[in-house]
Amino acid sequence: MIDIGLIGDLYVFVLAGFLGYQVISRVSPLLHTPLMSATNAISGISLVGSLVVAGAGYNRVSTLMGFIAVTASTINVVGGFLITDRILKMFRAGK
Amino acid sequence: MRRDLLQLFYLASAILFVLGLRGLSHPRTARRGMFLAELGMLLAIIGSMLHHEIIDYRWIAAGLVLGTAIGVPLAMWIPMTAVPQRTALSHSFGALAAALIGISEYYRHGAALGSLRVGVIALEVMLGSLTFTGSLMAAGKLQGLIRGYPITYRGQNVSNLLLLAGMLALIPFLMFVPTSVTAFYTLVGLAFFFGVMLVLPIGAADMPVVIALLNSYAGLTDAAMGFMLDNKIQIITGSLDGSSGFILSILMCRAMNRSITNVLFGAFGKVEEQAAGALESKKPIRQVSIEEAAEILGTARSIVFVPGYGMAVAQAQHRVREVADVLKSKGVDVRYGIHAVAGRMPGHMNVLLAEANVPYDELYDMDQINSYFPETDVTVVVGANDVVNPAAKRLPGSPIYGMPILEVEKARVVIVCKRSLAAGFAGIDNELYYGDKTLMLFGDAKDTMIKLTAALKE
Repeated sequence: MIDIGLIGDLYVFVLAGFLGYQVISRVSPLLHTPLMSATNAISGISLVGSLVVAGAGYNRVSTLMGFIAVTASTINVVGGFLITDRILKMFRAGK
Repeated sequence: MRRDLLQLFYLASAILFVLGLRGLSHPRTARRGMFLAELGMLLAIIGSMLHHEIIDYRWIAAGLVLGTAIGVPLAMWIPMTAVPQRTALSHSFGALAAALIGISEYYRHGAALGSLRVGVIALEVMLGSLTFTGSLMAAGKLQGLIRGYPITYRGQNVSNLLLLAGMLALIPFLMFVPTSVTAFYTLVGLAFFFGVMLVLPIGAADMPVVIALLNSYAGLTDAAMGFMLDNKIQIITGSLDGSSGFILSILMCRAMNRSITNVLFGAFGKVEEQAAGALESKKPIRQVSIEEAAEILGTARSIVFVPGYGMAVAQAQHRVREVADVLKSKGVDVRYGIHAVAGRMPGHMNVLLAEANVPYDELYDMDQINSYFPETDVTVVVGANDVVNPAAKRLPGSPIYGMPILEVEKARVVIVCKRSLAAGFAGIDNELYYGDKTLMLFGDAKDTMIKLTAALKE
């Protein structure tokens, strides 16, 4: 029942969570909104899993679902990074 | 060989994502950081294109084009006040992708995956589905498509908990009976339904917490998708996102002195059992005219503006900045005090002020500004209500009791710019308006600021 792959994944998950906690705790409260849009953008990484399903031609249903998933993830990647930059551009120091 | 190369691409993008998020620790380094994250994303996508199972790029290309066509306008054309609903919508897109890929995995392999893998898929699909509908609900509430105030009914919490228990019971069931297609799709349906039910009782004022929480769910969904596909980059990214959303939810809850459970199940802002007798002695309020207010401001040396969501609704942030500009040209020290839950999402008020060209070094968070109020000549409250309500400190019966507030009344004079004496989102009257140092300046925020600028220039 023990799945070596899943255990390895669990290591990665837990350690990345700790790392995330450390990094995010240092994010300036000024930038909490762009932080959320930035995490939206990088959560578009679901694109990489979706690409395979859309392109592997397993069956018609999978391809369709993969296509929708690719579209939805791309919206997040493109839209997320664009709006993050749009927000960050507005933050200017005084004199 | 090709597979190893793909893993190296993923490793590089994971590092770039972490560096990118670290850049957000200061506005100076933030854009460079985001550039690194974009590079990381590009690497991950290019790497995935090399995946050995991909045989047909047509649907991929179509999805990329369509996604870009929707993503660009969604990012470039929406006003900054609508960023919260865009964020919620974005959570729902990510969750939709995850749920669909999970369903397609089960559809394709079914029970052949073995009980553990089916359990992972079930968990992933459950998280994805409930985050999808929950985020859509949140976006609808923020956009005003669904009524913003909490929708409650008898036995709501009990039925929601039963629903959750039902879903959680289906996962081990599917692990024992991985062939049960009925159980799988029942789980999907229940999760869609649960997402709606979860957000229904939550009011507009609690949206900052809910968005942060949904951000966390979206991250967990992504990580679960990584577990399902055995894809490390998704696990890392999901974990980073999950902890980001989690930290933000905690910060928001702390800023309201509430627990997550209370936000989720408390239906705040619906029925306020107003602490009776709180304001039995309605003291008279003191009103000022634009000219008088301008005179007070003109003779002050230090002024703190305390903006709230009301300012954003009135689109008055540019006008506030113009008042500040005139004052600054007269040598007045101008600052802005910003409460963590001002606005509709974490950090929202900072963005709205930055958009109005307020330099970020004039923006202070609660802890920084509270120690400055005693030496402040005038605080100007524009559209903020609950976050400056002294009842949070003095009135144990008040629904907002214990919430840390901006202690504006410690300044020498408080000018409250407000449309009328209506209560805030929490539906509570504000003692500040009847205070000895408080002067009420009634009128539309935008209008008032324009008139103030004119009066100050005279």
